[in-house]
Amino acid sequence: MERYYQPEIECAPVEKIKALQDERLLKQVQHVWDNVPYYRHLMEEKGVTPADIKGTQDLHKLPFLTKDDLRKAYPYGLMGKPKKDCVRIQSTSGTTGKRVVAFYTQHDIDLWEDCCARAIMAAGGTEEDVCQVSYGYGLFTGGPGLNGGSHKVGCLTVPTSSGNTERQIMFIQDLESTILCCTPSYAAYLGETMKEMGLTPDQIPLKAGIFGAEAWSEEMRQDIQNTLGIKAYDIYGLTELSGPGVSFECSEQSGMHINEDHFIAEIIDPNTGEVLPEGTKGELVFTSLTKEAFPLLRYRTRDICVLSRKKCSCGRTFIKMAKPMGRSDDMLIIRGVNVFPSQIEAVLLNAGYPANYQIIIDRVRNTDTFDVQVEMTPEMFTDNVGEIQKRQAALEAGLRSMLGISAKVVLVAPKTIARSEGKAVRVIDKRKI
Amino acid sequence: MTLNQISVFVENNPGKLMQLTDVLAKHQINMRALSLAETSEFGIVRIIVDDTKGASNVLTQEGFIHSITQVLGVAIPDEPGGLNEVLNILSGTGMNVEYMYAFLGGKETRHAYMIFHVQNPAAAVAALAAKGIDCIDQESLTAL
Repeated sequence: MERYYQPEIECAPVEKIKALQDERLLKQVQHVWDNVPYYRHLMEEKGVTPADIKGTQDLHKLPFLTKDDLRKAYPYGLMGKPKKDCVRIQSTSGTTGKRVVAFYTQHDIDLWEDCCARAIMAAGGTEEDVCQVSYGYGLFTGGPGLNGGSHKVGCLTVPTSSGNTERQIMFIQDLESTILCCTPSYAAYLGETMKEMGLTPDQIPLKAGIFGAEAWSEEMRQDIQNTLGIKAYDIYGLTELSGPGVSFECSEQSGMHINEDHFIAEIIDPNTGEVLPEGTKGELVFTSLTKEAFPLLRYRTRDICVLSRKKCSCGRTFIKMAKPMGRSDDMLIIRGVNVFPSQIEAVLLNAGYPANYQIIIDRVRNTDTFDVQVEMTPEMFTDNVGEIQKRQAALEAGLRSMLGISAKVVLVAPKTIARSEGKAVRVIDKRKI
Repeated sequence: MTLNQISVFVENNPGKLMQLTDVLAKHQINMRALSLAETSEFGIVRIIVDDTKGASNVLTQEGFIHSITQVLGVAIPDEPGGLNEVLNILSGTGMNVEYMYAFLGGKETRHAYMIFHVQNPAAAVAALAAKGIDCIDQESLTAL
């Protein structure tokens, strides 16, 4: 039976959701105009005033915000409430440049936790569950978001935070945790470690996992589901918008419902900025409707994605977004071809290798070299050199057909590729361009 | 009458082979025979030790990918034509020798010792025995 945290809005008729969005958008534009000079200035440059925005149909008239704007406005430039009204900051990992700092009023935190609670209930969570939150706590939004959501659902919450794998497994086994929240790469690592310890899926009490904060493929989902004996649900979010819970998967496991009472999603052409019709692939743009302290309008996520309002069997009416096909900042251009790490993962998993790989790109005499390091597994090893080379060649052929360019597969010893317990380091780009 | 050989995956990079010999040394594992098949990126180290099971457990603990293969150990008279005769018998069975390597017999110097990997070790043992050539087992290898 499908469970909802706030069924009155999650399953509301589409017209009701649209009307709510119209009403909230007007208020939010006025709030930003009055309180965020940085964005007001962008609007003025574009010749737009709050009076021009009469509903969601006018959204396209508003200027975009990019990560670059967030860096320029760092730290307080996009704050929508005075410091005395704000109670928290969260921050991005800052791996791609300067950190982004986002602010929250108590009201913002409350709504964010509601969004996470919806995700936990969509994954089957109830007050009977023991929910282990193995996302990092602290500046990272993963831990605090799911922690708050888990409280709201009434789960017994186990705030292990990330790392210390042995202790994670001890708590899963001793407390009989039924829901696990962490990054998919850490879930895969936990699964692998438990398998090595000789634990079979029926000896692991977990029944569901809520995994996000990095790209993962359908094959990786199958892998995690099989080793841990769970259903693995995707969750999506950005610190800039609140954190995890901007969208979440339901029992259909076929795309994530966007919490449309709090966010408006648009798909645009990343080159022209033009809004594309539903069902077209493009860059995902979000407008936050209810955030007080960090009210971003038309924020460009860099995620390439498709939206669909096809009726969902779970009963929710919120529009669904497909798993992002890659981030434009994740995307590698190798010998002029767009390559997403998720494609490489898919080839490996199809060939029976675990998704432990590292892409190493370099430029030698003006040509990109493209190596994919793959860890050897007992299943793939044989005493026969020729046979191993055949398997290596098969992987290379798989990569070539998936990517359209050739990569060199380098087989390495187990556990030589560093697994980080937060986000996995998949790409080492040594090119100096 | 076959021998258990352990084949270990090793990256072809400086120090990687030593990581393996380090582990073997640390656990007092003596290698009776060794051969290395290499490509430019990785190699397979093939070793024969007294206690195969013990060594295999140690390698698993230390995270080395490996497998165990049945091979033949043949004592070949240390004189011209010795190896030729053995190969002659094996080729008579239509069997392909996938790889082979030699090792020293310790105090016993009248024979040279060869390890053979063939598709069907049992049939090869029988064919050699029919011509009066015995294969050694793990125990007699240890005694050498």
